[in-house]
Amino acid sequence: MSLGLALLAILIVAFGAGWLGFGRARRLRTVGRLHSLPSYHGAYVALWAAIPALLLLAAWAPMQSRLVDQAVLASPEGRALPTVEMQRDSILSEAREIASGERAQGFNPESSTLAPRIVKEQSRFALMGGAATLLVALVAAVLASRRTSAQFRARTGVERWFMVVLFAASLIAILTTLGILLSLMFESLRFFRLYPATSFIFGLEWSPQTAIRADQAGSSGAFGSIPLLWGTFFIGAIIAMVVAIPLGLMSAIYLTQYAHPRVRTWLKPILEILAGVPTVVYGYFAALTVAPMVRSLGIALGVTSASSESALAAGSVMGIMIIPFISSMADDSIAAVPQAMRDGSLAMGATKSETIRRVLLPAALPGVMGGILLAVSRAIGETMIVVMAAGLAANLTANPFASVTTVTVQIVQLLTGDQEFDSAKTLAAFALGLALFLITLLLNLIALHIVRRYQEQYE
Amino acid sequence: MSSSAPTRWTEPEMHKRVRRRYASERRFRAFGFAAVSISVLFLAFLLVSMGSKGLGGFVQYQAALPIDFAKSSLFLDPATLRGPDAAQTVASADLETAISQAATAAYGPDAAEMFGDAAVNVLTRKIVADPNILTGAPTLWLPVGSKVDVAAKHEADAASEHLVNVLKSRNALRSAFNMEFLTQSDSTDPSAVGVWGALKGTFLTILVTIGLAFPVGVLAAVYLEEFAARNRWTDAIEVSINNLAAVPSIIFGLLGLAVFLNIMDLPRSAPLVGGLTLALMTMPVIVIAGRNAIKTVPPSIRDAALGVGASKMQVVFHHVLPLALPGILTGTIIGMARALGETAPLLMIGMRAFIAAPPTGISAPATVLPVQIFLWSDEVDRGFVEKTSAAIIVLLLFMLVMNGLAIYLRNHFERRW
Repeated sequence: MSLGLALLAILIVAFGAGWLGFGRARRLRTVGRLHSLPSYHGAYVALWAAIPALLLLAAWAPMQSRLVDQAVLASPEGRALPTVEMQRDSILSEAREIASGERAQGFNPESSTLAPRIVKEQSRFALMGGAATLLVALVAAVLASRRTSAQFRARTGVERWFMVVLFAASLIAILTTLGILLSLMFESLRFFRLYPATSFIFGLEWSPQTAIRADQAGSSGAFGSIPLLWGTFFIGAIIAMVVAIPLGLMSAIYLTQYAHPRVRTWLKPILEILAGVPTVVYGYFAALTVAPMVRSLGIALGVTSASSESALAAGSVMGIMIIPFISSMADDSIAAVPQAMRDGSLAMGATKSETIRRVLLPAALPGVMGGILLAVSRAIGETMIVVMAAGLAANLTANPFASVTTVTVQIVQLLTGDQEFDSAKTLAAFALGLALFLITLLLNLIALHIVRRYQEQYE
Repeated sequence: MSSSAPTRWTEPEMHKRVRRRYASERRFRAFGFAAVSISVLFLAFLLVSMGSKGLGGFVQYQAALPIDFAKSSLFLDPATLRGPDAAQTVASADLETAISQAATAAYGPDAAEMFGDAAVNVLTRKIVADPNILTGAPTLWLPVGSKVDVAAKHEADAASEHLVNVLKSRNALRSAFNMEFLTQSDSTDPSAVGVWGALKGTFLTILVTIGLAFPVGVLAAVYLEEFAARNRWTDAIEVSINNLAAVPSIIFGLLGLAVFLNIMDLPRSAPLVGGLTLALMTMPVIVIAGRNAIKTVPPSIRDAALGVGASKMQVVFHHVLPLALPGILTGTIIGMARALGETAPLLMIGMRAFIAAPPTGISAPATVLPVQIFLWSDEVDRGFVEKTSAAIIVLLLFMLVMNGLAIYLRNHFERRW
């Protein structure tokens, strides 16, 4: 009996028990008045039958594979395996694949003899788990259905279960946040055990290739994050914002203050399409079309070292992507400025642009600043554009035609190669992830603070 | 307090000043117009450049190939090719060599590598469909290999260009709609690649995502908007949801790698894991959209339902939620469209492997369309350029359909109270 079958069995038991409960309650109704509708009685029984058993099943499923492994290793076939852990693990995983029918034969002869044992142990433990969960479902169903009576408040019971489910659903957000924090911190701590944290935070050199041989050149295994942070900042917070802030802000001003309403209803969704284009499309466009153009521009300007993976290409395309983000933020905060202020300024004889520059923008400034910070946080975390269009070399340079690399590029680089999970390289990716998480979190918090603290509350 | 003379508006100095102010007004306005135009022009440039590069991916060139099966080195007997195993038998035969020999015989030694994997696939299907062609010497239209395809469409190396001219002069080259591109999966040969495998992977992944993120997101929104007491727990939940909505997507990939793959030991590259990761990412979006939609349902609806004796839970599930559903669905579709275009977190959990067959289930190795685009963009072969752009066209069409659906829902079902 597999666990999928157990799941099906639980659902059948729950449905059957619910149906019986429903029938019993309906018969009771012919005798007298019920507190709850029969369907609630049915649902009450079904929920009691299903939920505890499902929880047990969910707890059992991850335990089972571990138990199977233990039992297999303790068996005579398992004890015959080599004691070297790596060898043993590879044989085990091969045998597992044979057992599940993914492949017919392994490279190691032992795996074929091990496979039947795995199948046997798997079915044994699945039977145990399945039987236990089914028993729980049946017992709970019987106990719950015994409570069915005219006075029994089944609806309250059902609603209490619903409440539990609702609360559990909202807890998933907290669990996700905790999961992110814990997994990043845990792996980062392991990294800092291999590599000193101060060198990571303050180091000026990034070259993650660890030397396989001692005399290998150019692979020092240095994990200094400063060049990456600079590259990230340079592309996401400087170049992208130089493009996005004027264009986004002026687009918002033009669309809200000058454009004819009919033009606005057309142009606004078109601008929003820019935000909906997948980033991989931007990345491809940046690498294929923009980067060569930027490179020839650089050479025309006399920058001989102009790279085909320049910071400018990635940054400007990223800036274009951010435009709708900034423009909708600016739109909202300009719209929040009361009409009376605009009217007052116009009545004094100011032109429209003077009103916008001297009255509307200063009043909307906190909201606009908050929006810009959020945009920076988004640009910093953006991955595909820089992976495809920015370089891999960690340079500390302010030349926009040179190639720089970013935190996200390096995370992708470190984790998509073929290396074992515990090497310093893969763990370094988590440390970079933690740095990225903290930086974006900080930016978001500052943005929120600015908006809350400095935004004027009109009315 | 002595008042100065009143401003003389008619003096030339004043005229000049007003003119200057008006000029600055016009400049400001023009700058605003330029900003909008630049954004729109960029979008147009992006779409046109992808479109012009990608449309070629939907076209394939086919060449006529007279192939005499009797003379070829194939040992296939039409009599054995009836039954379910026919495809396998044909696949095990060396069609590649047979095609290469026939091409050499027809067009000279340069043509030995004229056809690629796509031709083998097409020929296999033709033989399975009608084994009797093996007895004769038919002339078949087969898709040409990538080099000749590129040469027929653009410029290429001299040998391929020459071959194209030979084919054209003999009237043996035609272009056709590239059906293979929509029905095949990834391949090392750009002439034989298709997006079907990636599309199926995307479909399975999004199915998992929507199956998890929608119920959880809606229930969480209901809880926060209708039931949650104002206390520290609720604050923590709200803060973490708002924060999760702003966390970079790649961080979710790291979470998926650390938790789903390393701790829970789920299969790598599977739509299941991809869907789980994307579900965690889209859930906050759905919660926020759901809360806004629930907020717009007026309190009078709740009061009326409570007044006729419904319980709080019945009020929410019988009245509030159905009325808020169009708004929730709009937000969900927009969140799903974003998940559909997401690449980075899926790279982290290993959905970037080369997978030549469409996935068979949610735990089989798969890739998704954006990742497929990323993988093809890395290929050096020139034939991949237009395939990448063509895949981008397919992806953009999907985004367009989903966003269109969201706008339709918003305009036709969302109620303004």
